[in-house]
Amino acid sequence: MKPLRELFTHIGRFIILMGRVFAPPEKKNMYYRQILREIEFLGINSMGIVAIISVFIGAVITIQTSYNTESPLYPSYLIGLAVRDILLLEFSSTIVALILSGKIGSNIASELGSMRITEQVDALEIMGVNSASYLIMPKIIAAVFFLPFLTIMSIFIGLFGGWLGGVVTGVVSSHDYIYGIQYAFIPYYITYTLIKAAIFGFIITAVASYRGYYAFGGALQVGKNSTRAVVESSVIVLITNYILTQLLLT
Amino acid sequence: MIEVQHLYKSFRHTQVLHDISVRFHEKKTNMIIGQSGSGKTVLLKCINGLLDVDQGRILYDDTVFNELSFKKKKEIRKNIGMVFQGGALFDSETVEQNVKFPLDMFTTMGEAEKLNRVNECLDRVNIENANKLYPAEISGGMQKRVAIARAIALNPKYLFFDEPISGLDPKTAIRIDRLIGELTRDIETTTIINTHDMNSVMEIGDKVIFLYNGQKWWEGSREDILHSDNPELNDFVFATNLAKTVRDLRKSGHT
Repeated sequence: MKPLRELFTHIGRFIILMGRVFAPPEKKNMYYRQILREIEFLGINSMGIVAIISVFIGAVITIQTSYNTESPLYPSYLIGLAVRDILLLEFSSTIVALILSGKIGSNIASELGSMRITEQVDALEIMGVNSASYLIMPKIIAAVFFLPFLTIMSIFIGLFGGWLGGVVTGVVSSHDYIYGIQYAFIPYYITYTLIKAAIFGFIITAVASYRGYYAFGGALQVGKNSTRAVVESSVIVLITNYILTQLLLT
Repeated sequence: MIEVQHLYKSFRHTQVLHDISVRFHEKKTNMIIGQSGSGKTVLLKCINGLLDVDQGRILYDDTVFNELSFKKKKEIRKNIGMVFQGGALFDSETVEQNVKFPLDMFTTMGEAEKLNRVNECLDRVNIENANKLYPAEISGGMQKRVAIARAIALNPKYLFFDEPISGLDPKTAIRIDRLIGELTRDIETTTIINTHDMNSVMEIGDKVIFLYNGQKWWEGSREDILHSDNPELNDFVFATNLAKTVRDLRKSGHT
């Protein structure tokens, strides 16, 4: 019974926190400035890691697909198709979200946690600023708008990585690969992956912010809350991914 | 005017504050003293609304503050400046940005006007050539003074200080104490300070409230402390050998 009660307590507190987060801002241009800062911090600073992972995963998918479909019955352009669909349907939205939940989730939780224990959050409150809204809303908005962009970037870089991997190892010709990534393309997959990316952006930032905002104690507790933020947001991303796939693709 | 009436506060099953009633002197320096764990910080955070009270009333000029909605509380909070124990400066912002923050948030001043006000506040607390430095790049005493500058940026009616001189050397501590005393007089704020430092009390305390085990045990002026026969207060005030010696000397007629 106790874990269930704790779960509902967290859900209740989370909903109350989100109510405060999305309250009308005190001064819009201050929030606008914060959003730009968070886009740089959470989005632009994540482009490097997303690019590196995507290029290598694209290359690996190409090689893996080629070794697992070594049969005269399978045309080699299927390698390009497989790379495209894997990137589009799962990797660039879900796996990138899982990677970012580690990178930006822990960052957000530890930043807000440190601000909480050093009374910076109280300092905002005492000035009459809605600290939840001022600190969390820009992060959520930045992630919800920037994660789809990172996803698109990841798809293109992944496709390039797949081509490079295929051409360098000789498992697929450039012509077949390019034909494959265009073959039987369903434009709706783009919509599907962008919806997922935006929702995952919300989950990662909101869960991490919740954990950071309600941190207490000292550095040890902030560290624990950062770890929890990463684990919980990853699990919620996976569960949501399952639900969204069911809802949007079937 | 700030008044607390029959205030109770507990955390889970621990009663931290028990039936506290006190009226703070307007435009004076009010000191809340007591041992660590006596409930000073909790009382201060209840008064300024950072903690909800279990029972009782907090009055700001006859407005029952603790019964107001979050939105209405915000209006009163704009008249409050607070300096936290560790300063609570925003790490990611420079000294100048920290002091400018309340001006950015709550005023329609132009950029030049805001910078003038920032410099005025920093001058007031004797901070020079530190505008572009980050909190981590300045000393603890300077951090406290920048926090004071931020607290006075909007000319607040009420100033709260939580252990303003903790962790500072005696010389810097006296400078901060005097600064708080001057600000209270010059800006005419009602100042409430949490401290367990008796030097601060004797330096600037106009009214003193002594908390003991979460209850208001004694109140009076700083002069009254020296003549009080309250045993718990005497235990606290004259805990150090230096204080005991001073008391004995006074009793034996030395000045």
